[in-house]
Amino acid sequence: MLLVHYLREELDLTGTHIGCDTSQCGACVVELNGDAVKACTVLAVQADGGSITTIEGMATEGNLHPLQEGFWEKHGLQCGFCTPGMIMASAQLLKSNPNPTEAEIRKALEGNICRCTGYQNIVRAVQYAAEHMRTETAAPVGGGE
Amino acid sequence: MLGTPIKRREDPRLITGQATYVDDVKLHGMHYMAVLRSPYGHARINSINTEAAKKHPGVKAVFTAADLKGVVGPVACAVPLGKITEGMGIRGPLAEGKVRFFGDPVAVVIADSRYGARDARDLIEVDYEPLPAAMDVEKAAQAGAPLLYEEFGTNVALSLVLEGSSEAIDKVFEETLANGGVVVKERFVNQRLIPNAMETRGVVADFNKSAKKLTLWSSSQIPHILRNVLAATVGLPQHQVRVIVPEVGGGFGSKLNIYPEELLAAFASMKLGRPIKWIEDRSESMSSTIHGRDQVNYIELAAQRDGKVTGVKIHVYGDMGSYCQLFTDVMVLAFMFPVMCGAYDIPHVYRATDLVFTNKASTDAYRGAGRPEATYAIERGMDLVARELKMDPVELRRKNFVQPDQFPYKSATGTVYDSGNYEAALDKALAMADYKGLREEQARKRAEGKLMGIGISTYIEACGIGPKGFAPVGLYESARIRIEQSGTVVVQTGSSPHGQGEETTFAQIVSQEFGIPIDNIVVQHGDTDATPEGRGSYGSRTTPVGGSAVFTAAQKLKEKMKLIASFMLEASPSDVTLEDGKFSVVGSPQKTVSFEDVALTANLSNTLHPSIEPGLETTSFWEPTSNVFPFGTHICVVEVDKDTGRVEITRYVAVDDCGNQLNPMLVEGQIHGGITQGIGQAMFEGAIYSDDGQLLTATLMDYAMPLASELPSYETSSTVTPSPVNPLGVKGIGEAGTIGSTPAVANAIIDALGVAHIDMPFTSEKLWKVIHQQ
Repeated sequence: MLLVHYLREELDLTGTHIGCDTSQCGACVVELNGDAVKACTVLAVQADGGSITTIEGMATEGNLHPLQEGFWEKHGLQCGFCTPGMIMASAQLLKSNPNPTEAEIRKALEGNICRCTGYQNIVRAVQYAAEHMRTETAAPVGGGE
Repeated sequence: MLGTPIKRREDPRLITGQATYVDDVKLHGMHYMAVLRSPYGHARINSINTEAAKKHPGVKAVFTAADLKGVVGPVACAVPLGKITEGMGIRGPLAEGKVRFFGDPVAVVIADSRYGARDARDLIEVDYEPLPAAMDVEKAAQAGAPLLYEEFGTNVALSLVLEGSSEAIDKVFEETLANGGVVVKERFVNQRLIPNAMETRGVVADFNKSAKKLTLWSSSQIPHILRNVLAATVGLPQHQVRVIVPEVGGGFGSKLNIYPEELLAAFASMKLGRPIKWIEDRSESMSSTIHGRDQVNYIELAAQRDGKVTGVKIHVYGDMGSYCQLFTDVMVLAFMFPVMCGAYDIPHVYRATDLVFTNKASTDAYRGAGRPEATYAIERGMDLVARELKMDPVELRRKNFVQPDQFPYKSATGTVYDSGNYEAALDKALAMADYKGLREEQARKRAEGKLMGIGISTYIEACGIGPKGFAPVGLYESARIRIEQSGTVVVQTGSSPHGQGEETTFAQIVSQEFGIPIDNIVVQHGDTDATPEGRGSYGSRTTPVGGSAVFTAAQKLKEKMKLIASFMLEASPSDVTLEDGKFSVVGSPQKTVSFEDVALTANLSNTLHPSIEPGLETTSFWEPTSNVFPFGTHICVVEVDKDTGRVEITRYVAVDDCGNQLNPMLVEGQIHGGITQGIGQAMFEGAIYSDDGQLLTATLMDYAMPLASELPSYETSSTVTPSPVNPLGVKGIGEAGTIGSTPAVANAIIDALGVAHIDMPFTSEKLWKVIHQQ
């Protein structure tokens, strides 16, 4: 059984989507043991004992993740089908590159296909999140906004 | 509230993974359907043996065409034309006797698991006798081609010359030449595209045997039309069918249809009395969801020496694929030919077409649906004229534009354009792009041996369908507004947005009309039991037509509320105003009753004046008197690498006019997405079949979707020329980006290479060959 089917069918976590059958579209991206993976190309058994974050786990205690906020603020989604995978892939980018250029964002999202937005607002959303995440880490403990 | 780029109310559920798409629907006792499809492009079916499949563990049923006879009607074709009226191209949901395209459904398996259904499907034995396939539309139209429908003796369903004969246009062309003018001729291919919405199609059918009620979840753009046609096809009254369209992951026209699988899932559920789910995988989708475009055009334009175009002549071979889906046969006649003259005041037009069946998937509406084909032809044609006359393509267009004082403008095609100011959009785009500077840069780069191209497209399109008579069922739209006793406003629309954001836009309309916070407004859509009779979302109609229905319903309730308030305020209704959610009397602003006060009074009724009917609910049906005509100018700048043929879009400027903009952020989003699909056609995409009918581009490995890393950021702006057709002054914008962009990109690349014409897509290999042949 593929990880994506395990998440969707066994765990009822249907936020992760299936968009293709050749590992290209990225709609199924989740985080497994700290790395973004395409859940359609991982067997559930390979994830045994692992730690997985799906889109349902991105908001914490009712607070949206800065990427979720960014996609909302910047109209980075239309039909929403590619969005969970797009957010998970973007999260991976920002972990390794907290201040990416437009070109770097576009390159990093090469494995995620969107048919609705033309990507421009997705880039803006990721830039928004990057800026907010940098500001948060720079804020003093117990202070700031 | 209107005109503000507020963020979308749809988004919270989508960004948190809480939204329900059809594959997220899980019902108790649900079984799964798998479809056995033809691996051949054209073959006779000699026999089908389903015995082994039926015996597979978990399998409840296996159905073929024989099981559907007399029970399920044919797949719907909205407007049969020519030989289609005699049955050509019409078929039941499963193939009978022959398969006619790679992916043609032959049988279905119903099993208790998704995997089991597929395993059992592999056990079905079909004895096929492969036949030669008709894969080229021009060859398929000729005598001696392999025939899809032998009984009709041809693959041509319809041959038509709209103007009756070419006598008039030939005379115009002769006169133009005699007066020193030019005639340009070219053959264009508008290649077959695969829409590839990110969510493939899917359906869950649930027939309740005791209530005799069928509920169908479908990833569809047309809940009510689907309900009505499905009911008729499976023999149920309309009120015993409920269609629920949940979240839809993109449509672009490919889900503006009624598919065999929807009929089959319904049939299976009715037969077995349990819910049946079918979800398409991507390769199934690419072979059997409708394809877009696919035409060969022969075009001729005549122009005077001074650049005035005197006539355009076009012959279109329309490749319909193998069967009629809902609008397969009307793309050319209903959508392309009416806008054949584009943004130009061209006095004479000649339009001829052959609509041909071939052994490919059915073609039907795909973002633009006929208007991209017309726009590509006329915009490429204008560039050919400019090239022949050695005239700047911008100046040629300017010289031929319909002028602002000509609106409403009746084209030589008979179509009346509502409003426009084409030169204003052009000038704005030229300024944004610094066109003069670009041409200077191009001259410099050419001197250095670089291939820089500038392409322009000044387009119009016809959308916001449509007026009476445009389609066999009137394309009005509906809105029911109910104001609850708390003052919360519930809007139920017959529109079916799937990413365009009308849950937000419609709430903005209502918020503006009532002066109440947008958070007090809810917009619902998609459930045919909870919305009035509607027509769905396609043809860039949701805001112009659906929004107008919402506006009209809001006006009706506003008047009733003013009347109720007039009694509460002891004033004459004509002296009552509504502003910022408060009713007050002109001249005595301190005396007010709130929107919520009036809502409570109307709903509770005990203190409502007896002359007024209780409640606060109304339904409006709004029908346009005309289509609406967005327009704009796109300028594309490219550099082509001489050594690799690779194209880089260095700049993309778009100025689009969709009339009033209710939410500029959503408008811009539609333009971005539209441009990207247009670039996709120009540079990357194309559905390719082998000579014997195999779909070679059947996965995303072979069909190149535009990726973030391959695209530039677009510079977008707008002009605003309101439409007189609807109370909001809006035109649709969902397709305009796609319509305007493909020719801009094509013209840019062809300009870079300095040749007369190259067909799309402009792959590196193709351009390299052209460069190295020069």
